[in-house]
Amino acid sequence: MKVAKHTFDAVIVGAGGAGLRAALQLSEAGMKTAVLTKVFPTRSHTVAAQGGVAASLGNSTEDNWHWHMYDTVKGSDWLGDQDAIEFMVKKANEVVVELEHYGMPFDRTDNGKIYQRPFGGHSQNYGQTPVSRSCAAADRTGHAMLHALYQRNVRANTQFFVEWMAMDLIRNAEGDVLGVTAMEMETGEVSIFHAKATIFATGGAGRIYYSSTNAFINTGDGVGMAARAGIPLEDMEFWQFHPTGVAGAGVLITEGVRGEGGILRNSSGERFMERYAPNLKDLASRDVVSRSMVTEINEGRGCGSDKDHVLLDITHLSPETINKRLPGIREISIQFAGVDPIKAPIPVVPTCHYQMGGIPTNYKGQVVVPKDGNSNVPVAGFYAAGECACASVHGANRLGTNSLLDLLVFGKAAGETVVNDFKSGQLTLRPLPENAADVSLARIARLESQTNGEDVHEVRLAMQRTMQKHAGVFRFADSLKEGVTRILEVAERAKTTQIKDKSKVWNTARTEALELDNLIEVAKATMISAEARKESRGAHVRDDAIDCAETPNGRDDKNWLKHTLWYSEGNRLDYKPVNLQPLSPEVEPIALAKRTY
Amino acid sequence: MSSKRTVQFKIYRYDPDKDDKPYMQDISVELEESDKKLLDALVRLKAKDDTLSFRRSCREGVCGSDAMNINGKNGLACLTAIDELAQPITIRPLPGLPVVRDVIVDMTQFFKQYHSIKPYLINNDPAPERERLQTPEDREELNGLYECILCACCSTSCPSFWWNPDKFVGPAGLLAAYRFLADTRDQATSERLDNLEDPYRLFRCHSIMNCVDVCPKGLNPTKAIGKIKDMMVRRAV
Repeated sequence: MKVAKHTFDAVIVGAGGAGLRAALQLSEAGMKTAVLTKVFPTRSHTVAAQGGVAASLGNSTEDNWHWHMYDTVKGSDWLGDQDAIEFMVKKANEVVVELEHYGMPFDRTDNGKIYQRPFGGHSQNYGQTPVSRSCAAADRTGHAMLHALYQRNVRANTQFFVEWMAMDLIRNAEGDVLGVTAMEMETGEVSIFHAKATIFATGGAGRIYYSSTNAFINTGDGVGMAARAGIPLEDMEFWQFHPTGVAGAGVLITEGVRGEGGILRNSSGERFMERYAPNLKDLASRDVVSRSMVTEINEGRGCGSDKDHVLLDITHLSPETINKRLPGIREISIQFAGVDPIKAPIPVVPTCHYQMGGIPTNYKGQVVVPKDGNSNVPVAGFYAAGECACASVHGANRLGTNSLLDLLVFGKAAGETVVNDFKSGQLTLRPLPENAADVSLARIARLESQTNGEDVHEVRLAMQRTMQKHAGVFRFADSLKEGVTRILEVAERAKTTQIKDKSKVWNTARTEALELDNLIEVAKATMISAEARKESRGAHVRDDAIDCAETPNGRDDKNWLKHTLWYSEGNRLDYKPVNLQPLSPEVEPIALAKRTY
Repeated sequence: MSSKRTVQFKIYRYDPDKDDKPYMQDISVELEESDKKLLDALVRLKAKDDTLSFRRSCREGVCGSDAMNINGKNGLACLTAIDELAQPITIRPLPGLPVVRDVIVDMTQFFKQYHSIKPYLINNDPAPERERLQTPEDREELNGLYECILCACCSTSCPSFWWNPDKFVGPAGLLAAYRFLADTRDQATSERLDNLEDPYRLFRCHSIMNCVDVCPKGLNPTKAIGKIKDMMVRRAV
């Protein structure tokens, strides 16, 4: 097969929030940039974010970045790196105001400022009372943000390769990153994108689970590519189960519903969160709310004929508030739950939502790996931002609205780092190895010739069922052990998937087979990292971790206050320290404490 | 509703790699009880025959990927209830755009028109340190405009767009044009109106209102186009 070669200063993979924000920095700096995306940019999954983006603007209630930093560190169950967290919360106002200047249609307060609403885990005065920190455009914040970012890129003449699927990372013998291979979906042709800098902004892999709020396209492409190319994945055992997915359908109902006053109720109509989180109640952190819901269901207080969900009630809110602040939720609820939330509560259940782990980076967006005794050595030419990256600001549990903030701050930071390195001449076009596209061509050739293999959708389903069963909201030591065996079996099956479609033109069967290779890497990383972490922390909660004075909530700081690093080769695990030191010497570290809401 | 049911389809099929010409395929698929939307059924069909190609992503009506012609009317597969459709369910690509394969169309012309209206805020004042202020009432003017998902259901149901896709901006592009004209923060009103002052770009809209009829987000491009025409008239007098 003939392989075309394109040369650019930089290639960005992914055109969601992080990719588009990074692209703006590069385009405005005049760098010759290619943005590869497997869907038209405004179809990226950022579009589905609803409730808002965090910034301590203080437009409705008093606020400051110190409080935001405290909430984020506490939310992360102290697994977040405090230098990256300080960097993010301090940049929040700047990146949100920039978006307003780009034209993003935020809702407004009576005095014309950006409207802000309360959100889970965000507080005033170090955990005391809920704060209005989430900057919102109705309940369509992600849509408004993604379109504004795309539009700004149209203005900046960014060059997009739309419906091109990146396949493999290209590295040389020294481990430097030289670009990617990618397939044009319309023609099936594979090309090499050779660049001085490669930025991954490929989003998460929520589709490893059977029940997920995530789009079909969220297949962890960048994470899988990085893992296959020898980059370790960080903290992959931490997955967020969003408390309120529509029962049965999985579609997201924003936490902003509870921010506007929504209440979770069990089968007897009780506001059960008062028992689990007496202070913040329904606005406790997501991991806490999801576990409380599952406990209610497990103890027989679930709703419906199968007692398998709880109810999200906003019938006490005025129809005007619902129509003004939550119009999209009303639409989703009618469409997917068959109820009008003005009249009846919405059936909801915790649903896989967000990948806290990912490709390890520092706060500048550089991908970092252990080398010669140093845990965080930048990989030359390689950067990552957004959900595919792990900076790590979310640690063991992300706060709502911090994901849109993450992709803005670190998309911009990665872009700025690349622009600075480019201008200072540090970036060079390193020679391509001769066989740069061989791995990708072999993957396509295998799919062409495979016989006696299994259908892609069957193997994918087996993976999703395994993850759902063995690595869910609550985790059990025995089940995790069995899960490791099972997921490795599924991974073997994935090596011989077979497709009937042999067309070169828009072969979506082939795309799905290639995506499965990425999902499988993520699934293995998750299960193996989870089995190994013998404590409860944030979203990772095990039955064999004991809540006592030494290990509060089962969190074992003595042995497990460290980041996991999983290597695909040999399923090897390594660990590195958490950075408990903020970026600025004058900022006090947030001291370890038992996490309650 | 019974737990299992079989649904009959008639689907437009064309793979330029092997087919001389397009054909309609009769095919049926057995659904699970949880399958509610047309997209659920198409995903089941694809599990049965992986050569069926269509775009899809968010499955909740916000990404705009899975627009197609369903029993003669444009819509999103993920928001269309299966049980409300007469069978056999006839699926065709969006009309008026070149077909690439099966129900996947080439949307180049559609996006070219969208880009032609300069779909970004133009404000040449130095950026203030904080947000530009906008009253809640002024912000409300953008409701019904900014929510467009660029699915192309509207433009590809518009006879004027079918006839002149290269000259008529089409309902989606004009809705976006009015979204910026209606934004108090935008300073390019006269430049934007100049850009549409042409026998085709704006004035080929004859208020047929197919766009309003098909918009899966309940938006009203015809109304927005009327407002642009009003602005044209007002600045002429």
